[in-house]
Amino acid sequence: MKRTIPLRAALLVGLALVGLTVAAGAQTLLGSGATFPAPAYTKMFDEYNKITGVKVNYQAIGSSGGLKNIQDRVVDFGGSDSYVKDSDFSKYPAQIVHIPTVIGAVVLTYNLPGNPNLRLTGEVISKMYLGSIAKWNDAAIAELNPGVKLPNLAIMPVYRSDGSGTTFNFTAYLSAVSPEWKSNAGNANSVSWPTGIGAAQNAGVAGVVKQTPGSVGYVELAYAVQNKMAVAAIRNASGNWIEPSLESISAAAAGAFPADTRILLVNTDAKAGYPISALTWIVVYRDQKYGNRSLAQAEQLAKLLWWMIHDGQKYVSALDYAVLPAPAVKAAEAIVKSLSYNGVPVLK
Amino acid sequence: MNDKKFNALLGAAAVVIVSIFAGFVVTLVVQSLPAAKQEGVAFLYGSTWNPVTTKFGALPFIAGTVMTSALSLLLAVPLSLSAGILMGEYLRAGWMRSVLNTLINVLASIPSVVFGLWGIEVVIPLVRTLATLVGAPPYGAGILAASLVLAIMIIPYMSSMTREALLNVPAGLREGAFALGLTKHEVVTGIALPFAKKSIFAGLLLSLGRALGETMAVTMLIGNATRIPNSLFSLGNTLASVIASQFNEASSDVHRSAMMALALILLIITMLAGWFGRSVMRKGMSSYGK
Repeated sequence: MKRTIPLRAALLVGLALVGLTVAAGAQTLLGSGATFPAPAYTKMFDEYNKITGVKVNYQAIGSSGGLKNIQDRVVDFGGSDSYVKDSDFSKYPAQIVHIPTVIGAVVLTYNLPGNPNLRLTGEVISKMYLGSIAKWNDAAIAELNPGVKLPNLAIMPVYRSDGSGTTFNFTAYLSAVSPEWKSNAGNANSVSWPTGIGAAQNAGVAGVVKQTPGSVGYVELAYAVQNKMAVAAIRNASGNWIEPSLESISAAAAGAFPADTRILLVNTDAKAGYPISALTWIVVYRDQKYGNRSLAQAEQLAKLLWWMIHDGQKYVSALDYAVLPAPAVKAAEAIVKSLSYNGVPVLK
Repeated sequence: MNDKKFNALLGAAAVVIVSIFAGFVVTLVVQSLPAAKQEGVAFLYGSTWNPVTTKFGALPFIAGTVMTSALSLLLAVPLSLSAGILMGEYLRAGWMRSVLNTLINVLASIPSVVFGLWGIEVVIPLVRTLATLVGAPPYGAGILAASLVLAIMIIPYMSSMTREALLNVPAGLREGAFALGLTKHEVVTGIALPFAKKSIFAGLLLSLGRALGETMAVTMLIGNATRIPNSLFSLGNTLASVIASQFNEASSDVHRSAMMALALILLIITMLAGWFGRSVMRKGMSSYGK
């Protein structure tokens, strides 16, 4: 029976895989979630592996997937671009905590003849995405940009078609600054866009903007920097014009910081802060004794998290993520210290 | 291997396949329930899809799916029939046939993401130029761009089915027709095509199935706007494309469930199309030459 050979081979491969997973269990931490910080995490985990020998496997499956995996307790940690709301805590079998890791930002990019440096306010951006400002030479845009020659060109807003933390933060900002946006479209990973065209991922949005004169789109800062795209300066809550940069994004988190770290940085009060900045978090259970987790596993996780908010931070700037400012690190430290195993603190 | 063992093996395989399908349907139905309970029948004709207010209606996606599939068939049928007839009747040997044959086979094996990329780089700018000429909004992406690329993607299916069907026409029939003095053209349209129409129709159904469910290329080209398309240049979304776009980061359980319901609708539409096609085949084409 020749035909059974492939079957046998498949079984062997399957068994081998199971074996590998079991063998790797001891020195491996497993996480999944947000795609936005994935490049930073990959770099950090790679460095961490060199230093400690601990392997961290992070699957960038999206924030909702990461939170779902934490709910189901199939990973050591979940990554999420949005924090878990109070009303959703009941979905988790035990208390969870949020540890901020890096800060990113959503930037506005556009395609205009000569790509002049533009200044925009949240209100103007929301009206562009609502369709009530339809031309680039609209008085509302011209007023903010004296001396810039704005063409009589239709504005084509471009949005992320895939549900994403980027959209969540962008619409959180628009909802914070525009009651009209809040009631017409609102804030979520995917919203019902009143106008415009959707494209997948940062690359898709950037592609459409690049191809289409008159378009405006929002992408992550890292993506815009790496692709040298024109980005707008935005007026923050204190009335200052802020260009998106690693400093201005980090500054957005330098104000008052809540002990549980669950804070939206959009429309920040910080004077020098870029107004569409966003934290990303790692979500873990406060008490690490669940399922058949060992104390060693809990210790490894706590040590990793501690490293990420301290030494790990030096690897993120090169990838265009902003580092956590002191108040955020302090809050995160307290949370990592609060992790326990059967009620006993994990980190001594 | 004796017969008994062989039959048991086949039986087991059949049971596995049937239970996989049943499990699949049960999963979709169970997971769709929360959305179905919330929206009721209105889910089928509601035109709002708002994850923020968790109001869900499938009509824009049903419309987008039906429009792109119908349009792509309309574009692909004449081309693939011609190509199939060319290969099955006129170029039965020789280098031109092998070139055409190879090209069409290659076309069938191109991953849909590559079609999507090509669409973004080539088709979208073309459609944008066209849209500007006729005064439509210059999106480029939209129903037309998606349908054009879909059409190209389904040509290989239909043309190879046509070719194979024509090659299977018994030589006796053809020779008899020639012996009676029919011209080549008359043999093709009067004898070969009627004989082969059942298989050609099957090719059409296969293509329709592909068009209804195609995800990647359509998602990249249709403009991903949740509105009911009202022109060739409108942006839209199909059942498959909205699932691909929003499922990973669904913002609530009912949002996730609503997408399961969309998947169920897609499954039902695909099955209905197949069933309808087969019944047409049985009734209208029971014997050749009618």
